Amino acid sequence: MSSKVSGIRGGRSRVVPDDCPINVVQISGLPMMKMIKHCHEEGSGSVDVAQGALLGLVVEKRLEITNCFPFPKQDDSVDEDEAYQIAMMKKLRRVNVDHLHVGWYQSADVGNFISLPLLESQYHYQNSIEESVVLIYDTQKTARGFLSLKAYRLTPQAVVMYKEEGFTPDALRNLKVGYESLFIEVPVVMKNSSLSNILLNQLSDMVPEEDGLGFLDLGTSSVLEGHMRCMMERVDELNQEAIKFNRYQQQVLRQQQDKYRYMQKRAQENAARQAKDEPPLPDEDINKLFRPLPTPQRLNPMIVAGQVNAYSSHVAQFCSQAMAKLFVTQTLQKAKEDTGSAKSLQ
Amino acid sequence: MAFNVVVKVHPVVLFQIVDSYERRNADSLRVIGTLLGSVEKGVVEVSNCFCVPHREHDNEVEAELVYAAELRDLNARVNTQENVVGWWATGNEVTRHSSLIHDYYTIECPNAIHLTLDTTLQGTSMGIKAYIRVPIGTPSGNNGSMFTTVPVEITCYEPERVGLQLSSKTIGIKKSVEPVHELAQVSEATGNVLSMLDTVLDYVNEILAGRNISPQDNAVGRALLDMVNSVPKMTPEEFENMLNSNIKDLLMVICLSQLTKTQIQLNEKLTLLTTL
Repeated sequence: MSSKVSGIRGGRSRVVPDDCPINVVQISGLPMMKMIKHCHEEGSGSVDVAQGALLGLVVEKRLEITNCFPFPKQDDSVDEDEAYQIAMMKKLRRVNVDHLHVGWYQSADVGNFISLPLLESQYHYQNSIEESVVLIYDTQKTARGFLSLKAYRLTPQAVVMYKEEGFTPDALRNLKVGYESLFIEVPVVMKNSSLSNILLNQLSDMVPEEDGLGFLDLGTSSVLEGHMRCMMERVDELNQEAIKFNRYQQQVLRQQQDKYRYMQKRAQENAARQAKDEPPLPDEDINKLFRPLPTPQRLNPMIVAGQVNAYSSHVAQFCSQAMAKLFVTQTLQKAKEDTGSAKSLQ
Repeated sequence: MAFNVVVKVHPVVLFQIVDSYERRNADSLRVIGTLLGSVEKGVVEVSNCFCVPHREHDNEVEAELVYAAELRDLNARVNTQENVVGWWATGNEVTRHSSLIHDYYTIECPNAIHLTLDTTLQGTSMGIKAYIRVPIGTPSGNNGSMFTTVPVEITCYEPERVGLQLSSKTIGIKKSVEPVHELAQVSEATGNVLSMLDTVLDYVNEILAGRNISPQDNAVGRALLDMVNSVPKMTPEEFENMLNSNIKDLLMVICLSQLTKTQIQLNEKLTLLTTL
């Protein structure tokens, strides 16, 4: 049964293109546990996301993450943040921790992470350090029992677009960037040292096994309701953006018609004047009369579309595993009914 | 002086200790560091720790206390609820130097806990022990102190347990492990439940056949009875109804989400098509 299931692995962009400097992200037990602890402690209170830095090294095409530390909340100014980071990294260097800053992590609710601040931060990171990734940790999904840790990088086209051209529709068309090609997902694997494995062996004895089975819970409605509500909000936003864009198109069309009519009138008047041997009217700069309307930025709709996409994949995944659990209960019930009827026959 | 202290340790702490031990300088035999956490009514919950560089000579110990204080302040900026609750060391015994280090930590917090993790694997396993220091001696004669053990438990947040489950898949394998897909996890768990059911069935059959009866069987039998009775009692029709309505809901949601996905893709292609 497990072989059949592993064939359903059709996530998006699991195969990383060759020009990407990183093929796979390898994380060890310590940074993962630290991230989980930090995101859990932060997330239980405020709405803000928990963020932190990742430290590690690059080995061929593999990015190894060996440690991490959390960032304090963003009430302070940027300078204090920088001082904190520098002080933290100096301290860690004293105890022989890898001090190459290879990326950052952020917690997200329902895996909904695409936002403008994230794009900016990842862009700056990738600019300074070529191989950096952003690790997204999904708090809700992990609390339900499925560990969700994904690594993302900006695609080269997204980098180019951010740097130079801005987000006009023409730029999008030229670079062939859509909401799906903003980020590529880099596969994450876990590896532990032998000593950690010994520790894990011991911990598995000390931690009772019955408690880790919360994900077999059949109740789905509360989670689904939350997802659907978020998705509806996003779809509303997308709708607004689409209306804006349509309005802009209509305005451009109207403006073009006005321009055309004006040119016609001009030409007529000039012809009339020439017939009367008068000097033609000076050619005014047409652009000053009909100022070109600014093309709306396509960044926001793209981000919102990306979020809606993330939500829908999430919901689909959640439903599939919920259905699997329901089918298991159905089989159990059938078995119970069969033995029940067999007993009554005896 | 509270003797009934229980120490609850989060897995993060142990991972950090092992990692610091692996990264120690070539000439040190053991590593020490500070424990952070909170104390509440006789329960000390240790939720974080960091390593402090130190050097041990014959009669004295040099530890970088300034480093420890600064790192503690940095940590306090992220997590305001964690205080110093003690210190840790690798190795399996309490040495003379430990006493000196403990003196420093008692200044930071009154009943400092000393935790040792036996990374040198002298015993059969990686022993985790916790100590507190108690004064001994006679009132008029010599005074001294002794480290006495206190019980240690492992405590986890729910997500930490999930992380542990994934990490424990790397036990015994040399290479790396991918995080499991959701469906695979459900199927694995079902397999586990099946094997557990087999064990229970074998056990019950043995009892019925009259073999291997032991005094705890009564308690086990009662627990089994509780478990069987805790299955919700529904008539087959009710169950069918519940199952069908749930499946219908899920299918509808899947259909709607796929529809939304297709619509967004269309939306994007259409906006790209417009020439301005």
